[in-house]
Amino acid sequence: MAKLKIKNLKKSYENEQIIHGVNLEIKDGEFVVFVGPSGCGKSTLLRLIAGLEEITEGEISIGDKVVNEIAPSKRGVAMVFQNYALYPHMNVYKNMSFALRQARMNKDEINRRVKNAAEILQISDFLLKTPRSLSGGQRQRVAIGRAIVREPDVFLFDEPLSNLDAALRVNTRLEIARLHKRLGTTMIYVTHDQVEAMTLADKIVVLNNGKIEQIGSPIELYENPLNMFVAGFIGSPKMNFLNSKTLTKNISTIVKGAKREDIIGIRPEHLLKTTYTKSIISARLDLIENLGENVLVHMILNNDDQIIAKMNTAPKEPIGTKLHFTANIKNLHLFNKK
Amino acid sequence: MAIVAQTSNLGKIFWPALAWLISIIFFFPIFWMVLTSFKTDADAVKPEFLIFFKPTLENYFNMTDNYDYWRFAINSTITSIFATLFSLFVGVPASYVMAFNPTKNTKNILIWMLSTKMLPAAAVLYPMTFITKNFLNIYDTHFLIILVLCLINLPIVIWMLFTYFKEIPKEIIEASRMDGVNTWGELKEIIIPLAWGGLASTALLCFIFCWNEAYWTVRLTTNEAATLSKLIEGNRAPEGLFFGRLSAVSSAAVAPIVILGWFCQRQLVKGLTFGAVK
Ligand SMILES: Nc1ncnc2c1ncn2[C@@H]1O[C@H](COP(=O)(O)OP(=O)(O)OP(=O)(O)O)[C@@H](O)[C@H]1O
Ligand SMILES: [Mg+2]
Repeated sequence: MAKLKIKNLKKSYENEQIIHGVNLEIKDGEFVVFVGPSGCGKSTLLRLIAGLEEITEGEISIGDKVVNEIAPSKRGVAMVFQNYALYPHMNVYKNMSFALRQARMNKDEINRRVKNAAEILQISDFLLKTPRSLSGGQRQRVAIGRAIVREPDVFLFDEPLSNLDAALRVNTRLEIARLHKRLGTTMIYVTHDQVEAMTLADKIVVLNNGKIEQIGSPIELYENPLNMFVAGFIGSPKMNFLNSKTLTKNISTIVKGAKREDIIGIRPEHLLKTTYTKSIISARLDLIENLGENVLVHMILNNDDQIIAKMNTAPKEPIGTKLHFTANIKNLHLFNKK
Repeated sequence: MAIVAQTSNLGKIFWPALAWLISIIFFFPIFWMVLTSFKTDADAVKPEFLIFFKPTLENYFNMTDNYDYWRFAINSTITSIFATLFSLFVGVPASYVMAFNPTKNTKNILIWMLSTKMLPAAAVLYPMTFITKNFLNIYDTHFLIILVLCLINLPIVIWMLFTYFKEIPKEIIEASRMDGVNTWGELKEIIIPLAWGGLASTALLCFIFCWNEAYWTVRLTTNEAATLSKLIEGNRAPEGLFFGRLSAVSSAAVAPIVILGWFCQRQLVKGLTFGAVK
């Protein structure tokens, strides 16, 4: 187990800079999730930590050791790849024990570790099968098992669930959470799914264009996003952004000190239906999506922007009617447009 | 509907017929060569289309008794095997590096290698003969033939291995690197097992090319290292008087490679379908 420190990390491919000076500290035993849109550099960052990419500038240390020049296998990290990357010509046992055999560990210890990991992951029955004969979920477990047996200081996961179907994804997500509780090892997990990020993370790192936008616990990011990017990325459906022209009241009377060019953000679940006089926005009802437990109400503002409200029951008004909404002051987010 | 049925009926007859026709056109010369090898030289030169004749093994006995077929065959085997092994020995590491640690120049190097095949062999005939005969003193040695066969085939061997290696998912290589495998172990434990089918077919193809090579083996040998190509060449008489003998020699020269190909066929298909799990 170990803490991890990244100092002013930069990465370029040829002339193109991908990671623009990342600073990050991860505590021992923390579950950290990197989220961000596709192409923002999450995998690159993870691969830099793993040692699969060369560092252009900056420093990564694991424990108290700078690992810039250390081979991937000597960093005390184990990685689970998105497409499993199992060795197709070896059975499950051989796959899981490969690293230990490379390290010339004694046979009994190898056997103990593989059996133990197989039990944790409930794959003891497949040890002699080849990866080809396993289902996606089983392969994913083998891949995780291959990481566990090495007893690494840091686990790295690169979108480990993205190849699984929805039901299995939820299950495996829970298992990874349990695994973290059980092993207490530092884990770094890459995803672009904000639900995975919210449910798994002790700490979320939101990345955009190779820069960190914000670091914080899931609740912090949800309640206090620093900017519109984070606000829009965390939470589903996305936060509504309202510019002052679309409001029914003057922006400075809604939030003290707000300027005309500022933007107010309100999450769909925080919009409360009310009368025109009490409202802060009005919008034309466009579409109702019934999710069972709640209802997503899609509306169109007078400048043709769309907004969504998450409500317990569907509004009775016919499509096209103007609906009026307000929100609790503590649920309003003020952003100044860059 | 009727029209569709009709065209597909036509297709059922037309395409197989065409395929048979083409196969026969390709196969006929070989068939004729084997047939001729069982004729006496007198029968062989007869202008008519002679299918029924009194077969004789005389040509074959003549070949082994008077022309020392086995020595040529052994030379062919030795030079082809060693040239193949040596090509793989150089080709595997070379294509490994290009496939898994490519640089900006990798593509250029590959093209450059292929470009060596564009130079007509005749263009370097004189320097090759001159240098090997007068300076290096390796003319008509096994070593020279192995070296030349190896050089001729290396570009193709490297290209083939490169494509096979490229098919191995990068993540599997990366996973093995994270698992602490060294370069030799990576080749031995991961790449060679995964590219086994590709390696086998590359080796087989290289062996066939070496066996069939005639331009250099004929010109750079006289006796000591002479291969079956040289034997065939030696039996070629422009007057066409010894067709029977020539056919026997040719049949005996291609037989080993045809048999080898026949047996390896299944092995190769098996090897090639062993895909990686993505
Ligand atoms: N080997 C490479 N050479 C050049 N550019 C690369 C290379 N690998 C990645 N990139 C670029 O780096 C950027 C970040 O890629 P990265 O794979 O880290 O994104 P990501 O956040 O993981 O995206 P995704 O969610 O789609 O996996 C992309 O623009 C990509 O094109
Ligand atoms: Mg990625």
